[in-house]
Amino acid sequence: MSAPLRHTVLRSATKEVVIGADKPFCVIGERINPTGRPVLQAALREGDLSIIAKDVAAQVAGGADVLDINMGVPLTDEAELLVTAIRMVQGLTDLPVCIDSSVVEALEAGLEAYEGRALVNSCTAEDDRLAAILPLVKKYDAAIVALPNDEDEIPMEAEKRLALTEKIVRVATEEYGIAIDDIVIDPLAMPIGADSTVGRTTLEVIRGIRERWGLNTTCGASNVSFGMPGRHALNAAWLPLAMSAGMTSAIMDARTPQIVDAVRASDLMLGNDEWGMSWIAAHRARQAAEAAASPA
Amino acid sequence: MTPDDILKGLYDETLVGNGPAVLDLTHQALGMDMAPGSLLFDALIPALEEVGARFERGDFFVPEMLIAGRAMAGSMEVLRPLLADTGVETIGKFLMGTVKGDVHDIGKNLVNIMLEGAGFEVIDLGVQVAPEKFVAAIDEHQPDIVGFSAFLTTTMPMFKANINALEKAGMRDSVIVMVGGAPVTQEYADAVGADGYAADASATVKRAKALLQERRSKVLA
Repeated sequence: MSAPLRHTVLRSATKEVVIGADKPFCVIGERINPTGRPVLQAALREGDLSIIAKDVAAQVAGGADVLDINMGVPLTDEAELLVTAIRMVQGLTDLPVCIDSSVVEALEAGLEAYEGRALVNSCTAEDDRLAAILPLVKKYDAAIVALPNDEDEIPMEAEKRLALTEKIVRVATEEYGIAIDDIVIDPLAMPIGADSTVGRTTLEVIRGIRERWGLNTTCGASNVSFGMPGRHALNAAWLPLAMSAGMTSAIMDARTPQIVDAVRASDLMLGNDEWGMSWIAAHRARQAAEAAASPA
Repeated sequence: MTPDDILKGLYDETLVGNGPAVLDLTHQALGMDMAPGSLLFDALIPALEEVGARFERGDFFVPEMLIAGRAMAGSMEVLRPLLADTGVETIGKFLMGTVKGDVHDIGKNLVNIMLEGAGFEVIDLGVQVAPEKFVAAIDEHQPDIVGFSAFLTTTMPMFKANINALEKAGMRDSVIVMVGGAPVTQEYADAVGADGYAADASATVKRAKALLQERRSKVLA
């Protein structure tokens, strides 16, 4: 017996996106993030957010359904920067937002500024993190991405991650009154280049979560190919496997057609694109764009 | 096989991460009374240096670095006691750990491999290392360099907490402090008062060697 279908509803001021196993895969565009981007960091430190507008446009054009916003620039007021970025992004697009920070004050400021129903990224299964972040999720009526790792380790055994998922679900629903539909678990997709067994483990965790609780899941898709050549091909192989195991969203770079195509093709194959209408529409849009680019 | 064949074989097999062959050649070499120091400095370290160079050029990838490191580590288990007996010194002692609140270790482990590959003795304290644990370990091992690793913007402030703990224990000047991790920048390293920062594993080796040389020339001057 499988657990019931869960729907995680996210909203901007005007648009609703539903994450669920019976919905098209939710592509959470990941580029609005200064980690590892010194040029963007320097610009943000000087209050220049113009690069973000380009990143937003690229993710939207690539087919993102939700945008992840991370403003973790060392030595800045992250809360203030995050608020500015959220307001800016909401002025540029009607896509819902995933507010990405590990700083509790920044999360709260971001949730306060955001118009709609956000996804909060993220909380671990550590007691102090749950106690700091879950009340905010409840207060601002948001959804939460939670990671099944605790203060001791990132467990390498599927059963341990499932046990921590159980803890997250229990604490969030029983202690903080958060709806089970609003819990999205990140099963911890680790780099395959560092250990060839982690792909299987993560798939096992995704299947376990689907079977036991029916929860929605997400992951940092680019992480799996860290340190390897052919990263796009690896990411494009990983996502359909994860989707087949039950994964319903990913934080990923929507700029790469190879990866987005793999996701949308899998939507069709898994029965979440009726009559292939989205697939066909994307094909027509591409034809039209090509025709416009090279007039006969 | 001549000693030269053995050294060449050790170098080649380490480079491709063939652990069993490296171990076998190590035993053969010792059976021929070759000096343990020669195996280390004329084969293993040059092989890992080549791994680092290829990684830096984008010709080698993470798994290749890991298996080469593992192959060398297998040989080092045999060689280490012999090196100690023959009085061969490592180029320096590096104490490493992921800071308190942080359980990430993939990057740190890559750095350890490259440091060991360069001839450092690496003592790894693992993840979730509290300031007092760093202090106790520095007291016990007397490293030349201590490395703090952090993967999260929320755990990076532990660099400062660790450095404060070293100051309080009166050992800040006796050890070089290096910091690193995905979100860490040179500016951040400067702001917390670290002596060195590096963006990746092979850059860490270069920076560590340079800092060590700087420190030693100062002591001599």
